[in-house]
Amino acid sequence: MMMTLKQQLDLLNSQKASATELTQEALQKAHALQDKLNAFVTIDDSSLEAAKSADERRARGENGLLDGLPIALKDIFCTDGLKTSCGSKMLDNFVAPYDATVVSKLKSAGAVSIGKLNMDEFAMGSSNENSFYGPVKNPWNTQKVPGGSSGGSAAAVAAGIVSATLGTDTGGSIRQPASFCGITGLKPTYGRVSRYGMVAYASSLDQGGPMARTAEDCALLLSAIAGHDPRDSTSVNRPVDDYETALSQGVAGKVIGLPNQYFGEGLDEGVRKVVDDAIKALESLGAKVVELDLPQQSLALPAYYVIAPAEASSNLSRYDGVRFGYRAENPADLNDLYCRSRSEAFGEEVQRRIIAGTYVLSEGYFDAYYRQAQRLRRMIYNEFATAFESVDMIVGPTTPTVAFDLGQNTKDPVAMYLNDIYTITANLAGIPGLSVPCGFSDGMPVGLQILGRPFEEGTLLAAGHAYQRATDWHTQQPEGL
Amino acid sequence: MQWETVIGLEIHAQLATQSKIFSAASTAFGAEPNTQACPVDLGMPGILPVVNQEVVRMAVMFALATNAEIGQRSVFERKNYFYPDLPKGYQTSQFEFPIVGKGKVEIVLEDGSTKVVGLTRAHLEEDAGKSVHDLYSEFSAIDLNRAGTPLLEIVSEPDMRSAKEAVAYAKKIHSLVRYLGICDGNMQEGSFRCDANVSVRLKGESEFGTRAEVKNVNSFRFLERAINFEVERQIDLLESGGTVVQETRLYDPTKDETRSMRSKEDAEDYRYFPCPDLLPVVIEEADIQSIRDALPELPDQRLNRYQSQWQLSGDDARLLVQDRSVAEYFEAVANQADPKLASNWMVNEVIVRLDKDSIEIERSPVGPSQLAALIARIADKTINGKIGRQILDALWSGEASDVDSYIADKGLKQVTDTGAIEAWVDEVIANSPDQVQQIKEGKDKVMGFLVGQAMKLSKGKANPAQLSELFKAKILG
Repeated sequence: MMMTLKQQLDLLNSQKASATELTQEALQKAHALQDKLNAFVTIDDSSLEAAKSADERRARGENGLLDGLPIALKDIFCTDGLKTSCGSKMLDNFVAPYDATVVSKLKSAGAVSIGKLNMDEFAMGSSNENSFYGPVKNPWNTQKVPGGSSGGSAAAVAAGIVSATLGTDTGGSIRQPASFCGITGLKPTYGRVSRYGMVAYASSLDQGGPMARTAEDCALLLSAIAGHDPRDSTSVNRPVDDYETALSQGVAGKVIGLPNQYFGEGLDEGVRKVVDDAIKALESLGAKVVELDLPQQSLALPAYYVIAPAEASSNLSRYDGVRFGYRAENPADLNDLYCRSRSEAFGEEVQRRIIAGTYVLSEGYFDAYYRQAQRLRRMIYNEFATAFESVDMIVGPTTPTVAFDLGQNTKDPVAMYLNDIYTITANLAGIPGLSVPCGFSDGMPVGLQILGRPFEEGTLLAAGHAYQRATDWHTQQPEGL
Repeated sequence: MQWETVIGLEIHAQLATQSKIFSAASTAFGAEPNTQACPVDLGMPGILPVVNQEVVRMAVMFALATNAEIGQRSVFERKNYFYPDLPKGYQTSQFEFPIVGKGKVEIVLEDGSTKVVGLTRAHLEEDAGKSVHDLYSEFSAIDLNRAGTPLLEIVSEPDMRSAKEAVAYAKKIHSLVRYLGICDGNMQEGSFRCDANVSVRLKGESEFGTRAEVKNVNSFRFLERAINFEVERQIDLLESGGTVVQETRLYDPTKDETRSMRSKEDAEDYRYFPCPDLLPVVIEEADIQSIRDALPELPDQRLNRYQSQWQLSGDDARLLVQDRSVAEYFEAVANQADPKLASNWMVNEVIVRLDKDSIEIERSPVGPSQLAALIARIADKTINGKIGRQILDALWSGEASDVDSYIADKGLKQVTDTGAIEAWVDEVIANSPDQVQQIKEGKDKVMGFLVGQAMKLSKGKANPAQLSELFKAKILG
């Protein structure tokens, strides 16, 4: 039986279970399902020690917000003393001497991390097939991809290994796998959660966030990780809302916009039907639904595939074989050291994006690509800003299809990129986005995406929570694990 | 053919902050390799930069001191290239929107005329680490202590027309940053580095010639020599029918020549773009005002003060204010002794000796109090100037330490005994009938000879002015 974070917390508070027991169980499941799902890069058995300490704290009445709750982290968050691979051969030997800010925040809230989760290499991918450690399988059907790049984070929750994980979202990497695996995932507003110690893919788009079974659990986790960090200049210095209180707001009286562009060509009929039902459910909860026209949304994909690779090409320059990470053997000279270290240790998709990013920043192309993409980005932001003057939320499918077969899109990068068509706009505009399970199509979960105004995570979580109180899609569990 | 030289300088001034531009690691010089490099400086995964606000304040000080525009919204950008001592694979610098815009400084040329040199811009950036190639036979070593050290790159307009002008400009900037306290100016340690863009063209031509950038110049003397060498090289090349290629050249002080380092064809495409990890630096008018209010007295203001307060000549005052330490030394002397005499002794004796021994005034063997004591004894006529120089020599070498006891020990007190002086004057008059005759005929210049003879007899201890008076009285009646 799979539990939510909240239910586990109740067990701890009522002394019906100990942190050690919960952690032991999570570790057992993690080991047992590793061959089948490949969700972890590292399972940290020493986390039992942390669980014991949590039990001692609780006995003394010194427990924090998440004390004793087993969770797991996408392997993009640096952990002091434990390998952080970012899904890459490049960092297969990398152990950071520091914790990411969100990791230290979770630690001080008492959460117990049982390990590091598999992911697309450097968070580049939508299927988790780009990992040096092999693909993650979807717990609902192990022939299917779990989505990416936070595929391990989604699969571990869907399989009930842990109740909550941390993922990161640069173009949909929390919401798309959440949708594919039938769980709830939140990409917070850019700047709400510190990026310090989170390995960078595209710095102006990357944002860490919670993945769990329920919106309520996401609220709990977000409360622990959100906030200004003086070590991240792009984190925003404004108070963090009380997300748990916000949950009770509901959706009654809220105006929900449905952009025509999210229901057009390319949307799978089965997904459309499920999403239509979900919207009706929101209406019956008191939300007012209006149609929206957001014509600039079509600019998002080209803008994203200029800006993200451009930043990535620069962010990944530090992996040169000189100070840490993979180093080619017996280099003939400096250039050979660079070329071979990077060619041997970066996967195909990473190399593709580095090359594309290098190209768009080159002299003579910068204005035509990078500057133009920034202009599109501003247009998309402005379009959202205008829309949010008349609606409180924008709702649609998280992805155009349900999870596809492993290997189906690996030869066609553009088909793969189209998976993110509904999610990348939120990264370009910096706004928050939530994906909640809303049904099934062809036996695979479908996600409903709810976008909101900057820093209105509370509004989204309240809508998700209201929906989840009225439906039971989020309680469905894959069978045969 | 008449050639004209055109020079522009790029000066890298290392900002005198305690910690680095984007991290809390120390910037102190000379530590064990890689002991002052934290995860930010090492470019480790996930680590983010945070701007040291002190560098912003220092850049604004520089802008205010050079009447420059202040970029109220400046942007850090990434300059991308691979090099082992560049940990992140990019240097965080400023490009399109620098913190300091157009400005100007006034320099004084050798003939005493002044010239205004334009500043194109000045921007903030981080220094790279250091590659050490001679430590191991098979490997190069990397020291990242310097990585992330804050630099202000000051770019001039191509306004200089000779090596001397370029040196005067570089000295002016050096003087300014030291006055502002934003750079220690130590050229040997690389805290103040000059690159010169040098080209030549025919006089009257309006287009600039192709330029070469001369690097690795770590003293003002080398700057002058490197530019002169480069100018001659280019003129020789053009006069023999060749062309100058745009390239970077390295100055070799031991051979006194420049040689090619890389040509423009090898120039990298740096793929500048705004650094997404840093917000634009926004400077409020109120911040600028409070920095302005706290500016120290600058060399030009100090020059005016020396002239009005102490009636020093323009040349002397200019020499004294150029280096903040020299000026402070001088003021310490001038506050304890006659300022005019203090100025003369600084200009004619102390600065000359420092130059000759190639030492900085901070390491001067004679302190301001000793010099003031010496000048006081000259002013009160205990000793004359000649003996004064002799005592300064003794102080300089360490033979003497206290002026008064040295005068007493060596019996250097000026002879004021009229009887003794009269005896020397009489003796000289008796021995020099020809010269005495000439003075009677109105040839005043000969007086110097007579005074000199008498000084010799006094072993330097007579007062020359007193002797002169006495000669006049005795010969002319």
